[in-house]
Amino acid sequence: MIALIKLFLTFLKVGAFSFGGGYAVLSLIQKEVIEGNGWISAKDFIDIVAIAEMTPGPIAVNSSTYVGYKVGSLAGSAVATFGVVLAPITISLLVSVYYNKFKHLEQVTWIIRGIRPAVLGLIAAACIKIGKASIADIRGALIALLAFAGVYKLKLNPIIVILISGALGVILYGIM
Amino acid sequence: MGEGDNMPLDIFITFFKIGSFTIGGGYAMLPVIQKEIVESKKWLSDKEFLDSIAVTNSLPGPLAINCATFVGYRIAGFAGAISAAFGAVLPSFIIILAIALFFTSIQENPVVKYIFEGIRPAVTALIAYALIKLIRSMGVNIVNMSISLAVLLLILLLNFHPAVTIVICGSLGFFFFRKEEKA
Repeated sequence: MIALIKLFLTFLKVGAFSFGGGYAVLSLIQKEVIEGNGWISAKDFIDIVAIAEMTPGPIAVNSSTYVGYKVGSLAGSAVATFGVVLAPITISLLVSVYYNKFKHLEQVTWIIRGIRPAVLGLIAAACIKIGKASIADIRGALIALLAFAGVYKLKLNPIIVILISGALGVILYGIM
Repeated sequence: MGEGDNMPLDIFITFFKIGSFTIGGGYAMLPVIQKEIVESKKWLSDKEFLDSIAVTNSLPGPLAINCATFVGYRIAGFAGAISAAFGAVLPSFIIILAIALFFTSIQENPVVKYIFEGIRPAVTALIAYALIKLIRSMGVNIVNMSISLAVLLLILLLNFHPAVTIVICGSLGFFFFRKEEKA
């Protein structure tokens, strides 16, 4: 029971501070789930991000469901997922109700202008941490470079890039 | 906007459908929401929909969930908001639960291990690419880049909590940009 409450509060915090969507939430999860509670390993987390990339739904929701399952099975996944969406849904509801007032709040614009570049810093930090945990040798570096060229130069769909990288993993790590 | 008794159910089903087919999250979901809500169901006008995104984009949480809540509220009030949010979350919850069940049992398979050895470096590349796109769309200037760099260093070197950096930068933005507007 205490584990479930902790799970809920942790993901409540993650949800409440996940400004900037998508990858911005990565460093919050790293801090809270991997470094703070040690619920999953850095490698497990990267696998979840890869799976999230290939399945429907936001990364925040996908990772909360997965981590919740690891910590507390079905109840854990439900509690973690509910925790991560509770603050966003509540805040969105409040803004919906007071929409006409909120729309004209220039204070919100000022705050967001400060947060937006901070989010970039958060994503950069997550990228470096994930890079450290995922690129172990020259083969990993090669796959990362090819994957980057794939999305950046060839404009390939990320799912295709992930599938090709998986095949490269089998060739480079399994066969060679 | 006809508000029948089964409106929340209709909203739930619509957002469940939207949640089921939006791979890649966030912005991938927006065109799908627009097609369903504006074009097919005509629950909102184009302008109302764009307003919804502009507002929900500035709130914490996944864009898709925020947008669903906001749009649901505008269509059918509180019940609409809850139905929409629940509908949008449920598909990814079910799919990840299925994967978690399945993945834990195949994780130790050697071939699966090699596949993920290969996929992990690619994840780094995908995030790096997203970062470059975000930098371009935000606009490169000294103020923005200093804030980004400061946050990066605070996290990596001084082990700051990401939430703390958000609060600091939000407060700085409040004072700095307020002065800028008054000047």
